[in-house]
Amino acid sequence: MSNTVSTGWVIALTPPQWRGWLLTNTPHSRWQARAGRAYLGWAAFARSPLSMLGLAILVALVGMAIFAPLITVYSPVVSGDTVADRFLPPGGDHWLGTDAHAWDIWSRIVYGSRTSLLIIFMVAIIAAPVGVAIGTTAGYLGGWVDTALMRLTDAFLALPKLVLALAFAAALGAGMENLILAIAITSWPPYARIARAETLTVRNTDYIAAAQMSGASSFRILLGHIMPMCMPSLIVRVTLDMAGIILTAAGLGFLGLGVPLPQPEWGSMVADGRNDILNQWWVCTYPGIAIFIVSLGFNLVGDGLRDVLDPREQ
Amino acid sequence: MIPGWLRSLGKVLVSIAITMFGLLLVTFVISRMLPADPVLAIVSDHASEEVIAAARVKLGLNHPLPVQFLIYIWQVMQGDLGISLRTNNPILTDLAHVFPATLELATWGIVIGVLLGVPLGVLGAVRKDSWIDNVIRFIGLVGYSMPIFWLGIMGLLIFYAKLDWLPGPGRLDFGYEDMVTPITGIMTIDTLLNNDTEMFWNAVSHLILPAALLGYYSLAYISRMTRSLMLSQLRQEYVLTARVKGVPERRIIWKHAMGNIMVPLLTVIALSYGNLLEGSVLTETVFTWRGIGLYITDSIFGQDLPAVMGGTIVVGFVYILINTLTDVLYRFLDPRAR
Repeated sequence: MSNTVSTGWVIALTPPQWRGWLLTNTPHSRWQARAGRAYLGWAAFARSPLSMLGLAILVALVGMAIFAPLITVYSPVVSGDTVADRFLPPGGDHWLGTDAHAWDIWSRIVYGSRTSLLIIFMVAIIAAPVGVAIGTTAGYLGGWVDTALMRLTDAFLALPKLVLALAFAAALGAGMENLILAIAITSWPPYARIARAETLTVRNTDYIAAAQMSGASSFRILLGHIMPMCMPSLIVRVTLDMAGIILTAAGLGFLGLGVPLPQPEWGSMVADGRNDILNQWWVCTYPGIAIFIVSLGFNLVGDGLRDVLDPREQ
Repeated sequence: MIPGWLRSLGKVLVSIAITMFGLLLVTFVISRMLPADPVLAIVSDHASEEVIAAARVKLGLNHPLPVQFLIYIWQVMQGDLGISLRTNNPILTDLAHVFPATLELATWGIVIGVLLGVPLGVLGAVRKDSWIDNVIRFIGLVGYSMPIFWLGIMGLLIFYAKLDWLPGPGRLDFGYEDMVTPITGIMTIDTLLNNDTEMFWNAVSHLILPAALLGYYSLAYISRMTRSLMLSQLRQEYVLTARVKGVPERRIIWKHAMGNIMVPLLTVIALSYGNLLEGSVLTETVFTWRGIGLYITDSIFGQDLPAVMGGTIVVGFVYILINTLTDVLYRFLDPRAR
């Protein structure tokens, strides 16, 4: 049929070569099959405009963090003239105005994205492996190990997260490391629960039995055969939690338990502008919008990923 | 033979005890890992060796850590959370004083959240994938993503400072707070008991903004869960049967389907109530609402760690209690879960 229409149409209508290679029923390598699966997942993800909006927000966030020096004029920590440049309204040289310290708010928001990303990243790489290690071990070994570990997990799960993080941060003192630690300590239990549930579903399957029979150690089975099975639901959960991590970190920052000045952090910026809100609304408003947009981005991407990777939840 | 209900009760108590043990272990570890020496907080810098040693014994620091922990549990069980360094009152007395304020705020918040969230969730499920469903889902998503403290500040800026529709922070207008005789500590009840309608409306006007904020926060979760629970019911065959028989759609949704999702929905509501108690920490700080959340943050700034830990224990205890009771309620109401 494509022979009858003009060449331009043929190019538009025929799927490009790489698509056929990706979607073939007879992949020539494991890598090709995986790439095909990933492509299908991506296609499903990209079908939802909201997911794509979320992704665009996150790409913009990462771009902001990487190219911070290129998209800002002023330094986020070196103040301008503390008399003339204080509380400049938005517009002109200072896009979003300046604050009480004569810092440029746009610069601080842009550099603050680095702080946020660092916090999210650190919490995720501390909490997720801890949760997975506990959950898979409990699920695979069973017996009293399972009971003990899950009791611990349930106890932590039943505790109020924000208040606990608050208590940790208050005891450890303000600072980036302590903030990360406080959030991570309260974030791991859901990951342990998910990892355990996934482990229970694969524990008695043939491929695990085959691995056991070929003499693989428990450690090897856990690491090589069980943990990879937990990844899809775990990735969804971590992504969905990232919005929560952003909000918790900002909340702790707002309460003065976050990153000390002059390092830019959005939550403490909101707190900083709070007392001047009546006459200088911009100091407090813009960082809050930044927190909201980024947290929305993570929620949108998390929802999209869940629909693609974990259709049971629908 | 022990009757079944007694055994269930025993199980519930054991589960509360275990979780409380975990909570106390956490607060104990936090209080002991402090960089500051608690002895120096009560003796002067130039105290002699004997005075320091005496203080150490008085605080129980001469015992090994596990023993200290047991003593700690014993004290908490007796309601002894220590003395606040900031107010010099027993911490439990302080907390009992501020707790009703938090309860009042969280309760109004959950009322708003349920009254709006459940109908919105049902509407979203009935009109699945229509524009109204998308709008409702987006409203929920925004609620999930919103930094609540910032939204509170913006609310104050717009409705108090700019429009002057609502009063500013606090539970009553400035100077009024001492004029209400505390009975329950819940302002909207106390003013009515005092037969003071003017004060009652004053209290209500102060509640609107923070309660609406918490309501929105819980609405996000409640509407989302209602929608998905309702959707799972509307797919069932009994709904089809009822439709075929000509049962009005309104009745199918609110009577048949609602009856079936009632139990899980109650769980969802109870869980968000627990979360509101916790979420009120930030809201109270923004609205200078003298509840337990503000007490905790004030204690943090006053370097009053025993009070922070006491607040954590009480919030944690209430939270655990709500969660466990929800679980019990679920088993009780839904025979399939037994």
